[in-house]
Amino acid sequence: MLDFLLGHYAYWLTIILLCIGLYGILFKKNLVKKTIGLTILQVSVVLFWVSIGSKWDATVPVRDPGISTAEVANYLNPLPHTLMLTAIVVGVATLGVAFALLIATYNRYKTLDEEEILEQIQ
Amino acid sequence: MIETHLPAIISLNFLVFSVIIPLFGVWKRELCQPLASLGTGISSVFSVYGFIYYLNDIPLRYLFGGWEPPVGIEFVYDGLSAFVIMVINVIAFFVLIHSRQVAVNEFPHKQMAYYSVAMLLMLGFNGMVLTGDLFNLFVFLEIASLSMYALIAIGDRAAPFSAFRYLIIGTTGGTLYLLGVGFLYTVTGTLNIIDMAPMLPEFAGNTAVITAVVLMVVGIGTKAALFPMHGWLPDSYTYAASSSSALIAPIGTKVAAYVLIRIMLYLFGIELIDLVVPISYIVGLLACIGILYGSIMAIAQNEMKRMLAYSSISQIGYIIMGISLANPYGFIGALLHILNHAVMKACLFMVAANLRQKEGHSDITRFDHSYRRKYPWTMFSFATAAISMVGLPPLAGFFSKWYLVLGTVEADNWLFLAVILVSSLLNAVYFFRVLEKVYMKNPDADEQIPDHVGEKDEVPPSMLYSTSILAVGLFLIGIFNVAIVTVIMNMIPSGF
Repeated sequence: MLDFLLGHYAYWLTIILLCIGLYGILFKKNLVKKTIGLTILQVSVVLFWVSIGSKWDATVPVRDPGISTAEVANYLNPLPHTLMLTAIVVGVATLGVAFALLIATYNRYKTLDEEEILEQIQ
Repeated sequence: MIETHLPAIISLNFLVFSVIIPLFGVWKRELCQPLASLGTGISSVFSVYGFIYYLNDIPLRYLFGGWEPPVGIEFVYDGLSAFVIMVINVIAFFVLIHSRQVAVNEFPHKQMAYYSVAMLLMLGFNGMVLTGDLFNLFVFLEIASLSMYALIAIGDRAAPFSAFRYLIIGTTGGTLYLLGVGFLYTVTGTLNIIDMAPMLPEFAGNTAVITAVVLMVVGIGTKAALFPMHGWLPDSYTYAASSSSALIAPIGTKVAAYVLIRIMLYLFGIELIDLVVPISYIVGLLACIGILYGSIMAIAQNEMKRMLAYSSISQIGYIIMGISLANPYGFIGALLHILNHAVMKACLFMVAANLRQKEGHSDITRFDHSYRRKYPWTMFSFATAAISMVGLPPLAGFFSKWYLVLGTVEADNWLFLAVILVSSLLNAVYFFRVLEKVYMKNPDADEQIPDHVGEKDEVPPSMLYSTSILAVGLFLIGIFNVAIVTVIMNMIPSGF
């Protein structure tokens, strides 16, 4: 049982981050805090992908004559890491759009509190 | 020669035009809309040509850079994707032609940005439909979503706020989808759909695969506005500019429904999905609740765009219900409804835009029977699309509902059958409410409307023709439905 808990520590951290992110999105009233929650959620998924690509005692995926390529365990799997570069860029773009929308919202309502904005819309 | 490059030409053409439009737009702002229509027109012509060319041919797998899958990324151009590509591009073409006056009226200083982003939106949608790679699908999903947030934010006072709420919900959905793809990657070690599909039955019952199914269905369901993930939709469609909602409403949720078809029926296959938990039945039940909820909420709305938005929630339910039935009739009904609903909803949102253009509002309580004389063709289009929504023959909407009903009968699913029939009645309630206002004289009206108000005063030709062509298209789709269904029959995935 303890081995199961300790052996998967990277995944436990991912799950905790995912829950913090979802909590921020669902329960925070301030829109900037919601955006922070969204970023934490995205980061947790990125960390999940990064952790599935890593191995103990393996080296970077650049061919080294001293290390045999026949044994897969000698090298890391580069694919999840490269994919996550793209996902991070997507996350940054989303954050940019989110802040642009928040600026436009603030200019119109002079507040970033969700309930106050909803009151003004009604 | 050109045939083998069609998938790349159709989708990347939008990327080229999204760059060209700002270049010309700086010089002359009026050029943006014709350029956007031209770009969409080119892609529409190629997608219609490609659809006819590949109708009875083997699927085309376009390898980018010549890298063989699963190493490289490929575009899969088979009957299903060719059909959906053709539908969304042709609809977008008509909507962009229609948007000329709306753009001048509603956002004159943002035209360049609007049309450039609209091209990126179409790039994202085309990529989502064509791609054969799960991670590439996520990238195109985010391109389409980010463009959608930007387009929705161009609109009324409350538009940026509703776009922000959609951003939060939509990005959460996209992230959950990415997590699901991660689970599948750890199990199979590949991201290519065609490569992965034969591997998955070996892992039947694997908890990671089951979790991946749930995460991906929830993530894509958010984009498709499947109940209860529909919360972003009514506000977004209501507060967005009329041309944005006319562009996004018919296309956006349909592409997500198409991705659901790809994932549920092609990637996993219905046996694998239902192995541990009957996920397809749960999805069908959610679709049923969505159908009834959307219809009932639509009855309660007074603003026409908001009514149409709720009706979108209910109509997307039909498509997803057809997918969840997982039999040939359900599949035909779902695909036919993708086509029909795209045409109907585009037509209805265009009518709302026409009324906003002329009257300055689309508040149903203020409609009166002078509209019948002032806007005969706009109202004819509305009536046609509305009756088609209700599902009266020979209009298109009848036939997709007919195949869905056959599908429920074949599956012995009497609950779903009852939902389809009840919701048709509810559709009739909220559409005939408008038709009654426009076509019947109100006997309780205090003052009679003077005769000079009844002068014919239609919208400009660019708006009028695109609206009317779609309305006439509903008759044509209805009359030629046998031909369309014959084509769809070739696309039914193996294993049914």
